[in-house]
Amino acid sequence: MTATPLTSSQGAGRAGDKIFSGAALTAGCLILAVLFGVALFLVVQAIPALTAPAAEIQGGEGFFAYIWPIVIGTLIAATIALVIATPIAIGVALFISHFAPRGLASGLGYVVDLLAAIPSVIYGAWGAAFLAKEISPAYNWLAENMGWLPIFQGPASATGKTILTAGIVLSVMVLPIITSLSREIFLQTPKLHEEAALALGATRWEMIKMSVLPFARPGIISAVMLGLGRALGETMAVALVLSSGALTASLITSGNQTIAAEIALNFPEASGLKVSTLIAAGLVLFVITLGVNMIARWIITRHKEFSGAN
Amino acid sequence: MSSTLTPVRSKRSALTKGQLPKYAPYVVLGLALIVGAAILALIGFNAFGWGIVSAILFAAGLVGWSAAVEGSRKAKDKLATCLVVGSFLIALLPLISVIWTVLVNGVPGLIAPGFLTSSMNGVTGVYDNKAVEEGAPVIGGIYHALLGTIQITLVATLISVPVGLLSAIYLVEYGHDGRLARAITFFVDVMTGIPSIVAGLFAAAFFFAVVGPGTKTGAVAAVALSVLMIPVVVRSSEEMLKIVPNELREAAYALGVRKWRTILKVVIPTAISGIASGVTLAIARVIGETAPILVTAGFATSINNNVFGGWMASLPTFIYTQILNPTSPANPDPSSQRAWGAALVLIILVMVLNLGARLVARTFAPKTGR
Repeated sequence: MTATPLTSSQGAGRAGDKIFSGAALTAGCLILAVLFGVALFLVVQAIPALTAPAAEIQGGEGFFAYIWPIVIGTLIAATIALVIATPIAIGVALFISHFAPRGLASGLGYVVDLLAAIPSVIYGAWGAAFLAKEISPAYNWLAENMGWLPIFQGPASATGKTILTAGIVLSVMVLPIITSLSREIFLQTPKLHEEAALALGATRWEMIKMSVLPFARPGIISAVMLGLGRALGETMAVALVLSSGALTASLITSGNQTIAAEIALNFPEASGLKVSTLIAAGLVLFVITLGVNMIARWIITRHKEFSGAN
Repeated sequence: MSSTLTPVRSKRSALTKGQLPKYAPYVVLGLALIVGAAILALIGFNAFGWGIVSAILFAAGLVGWSAAVEGSRKAKDKLATCLVVGSFLIALLPLISVIWTVLVNGVPGLIAPGFLTSSMNGVTGVYDNKAVEEGAPVIGGIYHALLGTIQITLVATLISVPVGLLSAIYLVEYGHDGRLARAITFFVDVMTGIPSIVAGLFAAAFFFAVVGPGTKTGAVAAVALSVLMIPVVVRSSEEMLKIVPNELREAAYALGVRKWRTILKVVIPTAISGIASGVTLAIARVIGETAPILVTAGFATSINNNVFGGWMASLPTFIYTQILNPTSPANPDPSSQRAWGAALVLIILVMVLNLGARLVARTFAPKTGR
C-alpha cells in the first residue's frame, strides 16, 4: 500500500468503486446474454432444417419423422438409467449418512465424488470394451428365457452393444449425482425427529422410514430429476457403447439411437442442411433437459418455502 | 414383559434375551459362503456369481434367523440394513471395474516409448499393421492431444474465472437479491443443466454465424467449455463469498475503506481457498468433456499451437476417435492401446486436480481459531 494523502485518494477510490461494480454488473449480464445467445443461435441455425422440404432431410420424410425415433431412444436410455440408479443411489446415500461408521462416512462421500469426476469418455470406453463383452451372455439368457416380453425379444446382440448396456453405463454415471444430492438432504433431517423416533423404541429402519424419508422425499425427487437431466444429455457413453440403428422395442438387440449420440457421431463430418438438422436436434434436446431441470428446481424451491428446515 | 420376572435359566442376561448373539452375522456369512460355493460348484464356478449367491444367502439367512428369534420388526431392520449395505457394495463394483480396466489396459500404452512426447503426425495404418504382424513397437502418442487439452482448458479458464467470479461478486455484494440478481441465479441454475453437447453446438452455431460456416478451432471449443464452466464457478464462488462474515466487511467500512477495496483486500482473500478449490474442480469437470470439443475443434493428428486457427486434438476426443475409428481398421489393437493409455493419463489428470482442490481448500483455509 502506498502512503498517499487521504484527501487525494478519494477521487481514485470513487472511480474504483464505479469500475468495479460496473465490471461485476457486466459479468452478471454477460451470463444472461450467453444463455439468451445459446437459445437464439440454436434457433437461427436450426430454422433451415425446420423449413426445408421434407425430402431433403435425412430419411426423406421431414424433420419430425427424423427426430421422433431418437427422442424416444433418448427417453428409453434415460429411463433405464434411472430405474437402475435411483434405488441404488438412495441406498448408498442412506449407507453414507445413517449406516456407515462416522469416521468412514466422509471418506466414502469422497469416493462417490471421485466416481462423479471420472470423464464420460472413460465410462464409454469401459462400457464398450468391458461391460458389453461381459454382459452379452446375460442377454442371450434373457432372449431365451424371457423372449416373450417385447423388451427382451431375441436374437440378442452378439457384441452386447445395445441400448440396455448404454442405459447401464448411464446409470453408473448418474448414480453419484443422485447419491451426493440425496446424501446432503438425508443429513439435513432434523436430529430431534430422528432421536424422538429412536427414543420411542423404533429400530433404525423404522426411524428412517418415519423421519428421514418423509423429510427427504421432495429432495430425492429433485435429485432424480437432475440425474435425469444428466442422463438425457449424456453423449459419449451412448456414442461409444451403442451400435445404433432404427427404433426397436427390444432392449437387447442393436438399434435405437439418442439425440446426443446422433449429434456427436454425425456433426464432425456434416455440412449444409445436415448441420442445421443436427442443431435442430440439439435444440430439441435443450428444450427437453431445460424442462426437466426447471421442474427439479421448482420442486426444490417449493420444498424450501414450506419446510421448517431452512 | 413377564420374562423379566421369571428366573433366568440360561447364562444370558434377561436384557439380551430375544436378540441374536453378536457372532450371528459372522456365522451366517461363513455358512452363506460355504453353501454359495457348493451351489456354484454344481452349475459352474465363477467368483462374481459366488459373491452374488452368497450375498443373497447371507441376507436371507440373517433375516430368517432374526425373524425367528427377534420378531418381524427387527427382521425388517436387518433386511433394510442388508439392502443398504448391498447397494453400496454394488455401487463400488463399477468404480473398481472402471479403474481396474483403465489401469490394466492403459499401462502398456503409457510405458510405450515416446507415448507422451510424440504426436500422431504421419502415423498411419501401415505402422500399426507392422506392429501387429511383425511385432514392431507401437509408435505414435498423445503429445498433440495433451497440448490441445491444456491450451483449450487454459483459454476456457481464462474466460470463465473472471466472468464467474465477478458475477458471484455481483450476486453477493451488489445484487441485494434484486430482480436482476434473482434472474442471474435462476439462469445460472439453468446453465448448470445444459447438456455438454448442446453447449458445443451453441459455440459452433455462434462461430458459424459470426466467423463463417465450418469454423472449428481451439477457441470455439474453449467458448463451449466456458459455457459449462461458468455456472460451476459462479455457484462455488457465490457460496464461498456468502460465508465470509459480515463483521469483516463492516470493520473495513468502519475504517473508511471503499467497497471495492474491501472486496479485493478483505472479502476475496478470506474466501480465496474455497474459490480456488471450486475453480480447480470446475477445471477437472471440463477437462474430460468430449462432446463439446468434438463438435467445435474437430480432431487433429498433429501438433497445433494456434488456438485461433485449425482443428485441434484433445485427450478425450483422441480416446474417442482412436476407439471408434482406429488408425488401422484391420488391426485396431495399437489404436485401442493408445486410447487406453490416453484414458489413464486423463484419469490421472482429473484425480490430481480433484486432490489438488481438496488440498488447496485445506491448506489455505482461513484460520478460524483465536
